[in-house]
Amino acid sequence: MTGLVTAHSVVDPSPLTKRIAAVVVIAYAVITLVPLLWIVMTGFKSPSDAIAYPPKIVAEPTLEGYCNLFTTRSRQAPDYMAKLPPPSGLCDRISRDRNMVIAGPSNYIPRYVNSLVIAFGSTALSVVLGTLAAYAFSRFKVPLKDDLLFFILSTRMMPPIAVAIPIYLMYRELGLSDTRLGMILLYTSVNISLAVWLLKGFMDEIPREYEEAAMVDGYTRLQAFFKVVLPQATTGIVATAIFCLIFAWNEYAFAVLLTSGTAQTAPPFIPIIIGEGGQDWPAVAAGTTLFLIPIVVFTVLLRKHLLRGITFGAVRK
Amino acid sequence: MAEIRIENLVKQFGDFAAVRGASFTIADGEFFCLLGPSGCGKTTTLRMIAGLELPTSGTISLGGEDVTFRRARERDIAMVFQLFALYPHMNVRKNISFPLVSMGVPKAEIKRRVEEAARILRIDHLINRPVSGLSSGDRQRVALGRAIVREPKAFLMDEPLGALDAEFRHIMCGELRALHDRLKATTVFVTHDQLEAMSMADKIAVMNRGVVEQLGTPQEIYDRPASMFVADFIGSPAMNFIRFDARLAAGATRVEIDGTEIGVPELREDAAAGELVLGVRPEQVMLTTDGGLRGEVFGAEYLGTTQIVTITTAHGMVKARIPAAVRVERAEPVGLSFRADRLSLFNAATGRAIRTALYEQPVRGGRHG
Repeated sequence: MTGLVTAHSVVDPSPLTKRIAAVVVIAYAVITLVPLLWIVMTGFKSPSDAIAYPPKIVAEPTLEGYCNLFTTRSRQAPDYMAKLPPPSGLCDRISRDRNMVIAGPSNYIPRYVNSLVIAFGSTALSVVLGTLAAYAFSRFKVPLKDDLLFFILSTRMMPPIAVAIPIYLMYRELGLSDTRLGMILLYTSVNISLAVWLLKGFMDEIPREYEEAAMVDGYTRLQAFFKVVLPQATTGIVATAIFCLIFAWNEYAFAVLLTSGTAQTAPPFIPIIIGEGGQDWPAVAAGTTLFLIPIVVFTVLLRKHLLRGITFGAVRK
Repeated sequence: MAEIRIENLVKQFGDFAAVRGASFTIADGEFFCLLGPSGCGKTTTLRMIAGLELPTSGTISLGGEDVTFRRARERDIAMVFQLFALYPHMNVRKNISFPLVSMGVPKAEIKRRVEEAARILRIDHLINRPVSGLSSGDRQRVALGRAIVREPKAFLMDEPLGALDAEFRHIMCGELRALHDRLKATTVFVTHDQLEAMSMADKIAVMNRGVVEQLGTPQEIYDRPASMFVADFIGSPAMNFIRFDARLAAGATRVEIDGTEIGVPELREDAAAGELVLGVRPEQVMLTTDGGLRGEVFGAEYLGTTQIVTITTAHGMVKARIPAAVRVERAEPVGLSFRADRLSLFNAATGRAIRTALYEQPVRGGRHG
């Protein structure tokens, strides 16, 4: 028998098994990646190519979708168009070809900023609160600890959207509708149960002796927590943060229901980008492509922690 | 450095009493060992001295100061943990300097003291290495370094050798004792290993079920066990117990077992009627051809210079440590005689030793006495 034998693969797979596994993995990758690829490609098509039937796999690339994503345009009479000074940029020229002039910036950037603020804000809040709660549950005698932990978990036992109407009414009364703060609180409340449970698993695995050693060495419990426990919980905290961020970034249903104007996030905004004569698919695709970037960057930057976090922390117990 | 005084220390965990009224005093500069089987309360006692657990009742004073309810960080003691508890995200230098940083020692001073501690422990070549790659012996030294660098009032060690392999444990035993002789620091050492305790300690407190069964020098504990528990726990193989019924008065110098007279140290108190136990260390057993107590050889373990011979008697198995040169055969009938002046007597019902002249014999005061 050859090959690396680890705790996870005590039996070397046969060549046939390996080949089957490879086929399955490749098929899965294709199934998940093709829609992504299609979206990226659509972002660079012209509106007519985007809806052409049969679908055009190769089309002449254009930045029209991206221009439309960031601008609002208005159609003008040909004599007005003729009197305009020469186009000032790429997007200007593209829209003039369609007999339109740029009227101003679109709402995409403010919506995108909303998404960033709300997703990172709620992630930070979930992780901070979750870390403290998990540490307390892991280390101290908390009255009704098991009941409290079960209660925290039970908030995830139904889809959050089931309580959409009460939350909608509550938020309206409290003046939290369509505010960034309201959305941050809402996503935090959904994510915190995940954060507490995931992090408690990690905290339980950090031996108490480290804090005790630090306390004997002259530190307060809080100092011991920051200097000794937190550095070792980094992996768990990063993994938890990624999970929270992905949820908050992608959340659609509550965003549609509770935000419409100033606090609207990108997910409800992107699909309703209207061009001439209906949905502006290249702009939608362009918006989606750009929307994917932060999660990809965040995950790639922290992937080492994520992998270790998933395999060594929560799942092991 | 300081004296540690423990009075009537009690620790209750819900219904379970981990420590039930322990009292002892550890003299300044003493190497003191808390010895006992797991669950006897020795670690809980140590953690109360450290301030990691608060006692249910009783007092702890450190250098004459009552610290019973003082926080760990306010006690000025250093602790070495069983699994060393080295901070994995710091290198050796940072680990050792960690307690000094909390004390606000100036940087140059920290550097000097850390390097001195590393030199004493012979880990100066490892000082900038991460702790994760170190061998268990070096980890042990780093943990010790973190303790000695502070020059605390006392060192507490919770089975610090438990994580080492047998051979290395032996070396570290010697090193720990040498370190103690050099620093002259009050040290409280917790272990379940009697050899560790016997070889290192000035004084041992044997604990069982939350109480101190006996407090004394290693030799006192070995030669004059205060209870059957101590007699059984200390020594390998353990003390032989021969049970018999008798009523003895103070002044008696013999006991009768199955019609055989056996000499014992002169009794200093009456032993009421009931079951008594004669305690005989294996090395106090001699094989004779005509000895009074009869038995037959069950088996022998060869140990080089000596051998342990197990003899079946009417009173159960008796183990004898005799020179390896003596030839014994399996099932061979033998007689047993005992060294009369060294035997112990216990009350079987209470397990306590009966006072005899044995307790008046001089013993070595301490390790260096």
